[in-house]
Amino acid sequence: MTNIGLGHYLFLAAIIFIIGIMGIFLNRKNIIIILMSIELILLAVNINLVSFSIFTEDLTGQIFSMFVLTVAAAEAAIGLAIIVVYYRSKGTIRIEDINSLKG
Amino acid sequence: MVAHAIFFYFFSIIAVFAAVMVIVSKNTVHSVFYLILDFISISCLFIMIGAEFLGMIMLIVYVGAVAVLFLFVVMMLNVSQQKHEIFKEKIFSSHIPFGLLIGVIIFLELIIVIGGWKYKPNIIETESINIDKDFTNTHAIGSVIYTDYIHLFQLAGVILLVAMIGAIVLTYRKREGVKRQSYFKQISRERNEGVELIEVESNKGVNLDD
Repeated sequence: MTNIGLGHYLFLAAIIFIIGIMGIFLNRKNIIIILMSIELILLAVNINLVSFSIFTEDLTGQIFSMFVLTVAAAEAAIGLAIIVVYYRSKGTIRIEDINSLKG
Repeated sequence: MVAHAIFFYFFSIIAVFAAVMVIVSKNTVHSVFYLILDFISISCLFIMIGAEFLGMIMLIVYVGAVAVLFLFVVMMLNVSQQKHEIFKEKIFSSHIPFGLLIGVIIFLELIIVIGGWKYKPNIIETESINIDKDFTNTHAIGSVIYTDYIHLFQLAGVILLVAMIGAIVLTYRKREGVKRQSYFKQISRERNEGVELIEVESNKGVNLDD
């Protein structure tokens, strides 16, 4: 209980990952929440990379975590830009109204 | 060791609570605030575990840039008042049990993998980059990222550049009725359309309006 090992960090990352996935599954109202859930998923991946890097004493995980961070920032910027453009043309970002693709 | 455990449980409980609140809170602005809380607790965990540079970078990038970008877009789009009560809508009641089922299954799979996984005592025998205890974390990352990973590092910069150009191009629009400075028009002006020499008759003056 008091001896925190790699498993604890992986467990935390798994919980946050699942919360992110649930955010995508369950949320049917607001597309910005879906982008935030993607950020949560990438955060969980970062926790995994960093904890493996620390507990195996290998620096590579932290460097890859930085690249994941870069991609996450770029993805957030592009995603929010797409949302802004969509809102401008359609006037809504409610997911139930976004059905032009009939998917 | 006990302090480590106490801080780990403290920060991780806050992180999990904040992550849950991100997806269930009714107001989108509150979701962004909980996202910021989540990032801060996770970066505290990183700093505590020994990855100080990454923790600080996470604070700067996520809290300073990404979360503020989210907040900006949420406020600009005026969606904060749109309720997204996921458990109250009748139409989507079929999604909720199915989504919960899939989530629980994925969680159980992950727990099985984590719990049943053991690693050998001599795990590192490859040519990996070992953490040198003599250097600080920032020093070690800096000495690796500018030598071994320089191409990936440059490529990350290119990704950011593409994202920046993409975001600008996507959100740019020409508005009607806004007076703008046009450099091309300015420097392509000829003399005879800008300046006119008028012979002024005495006692009559010049009418400037035409």
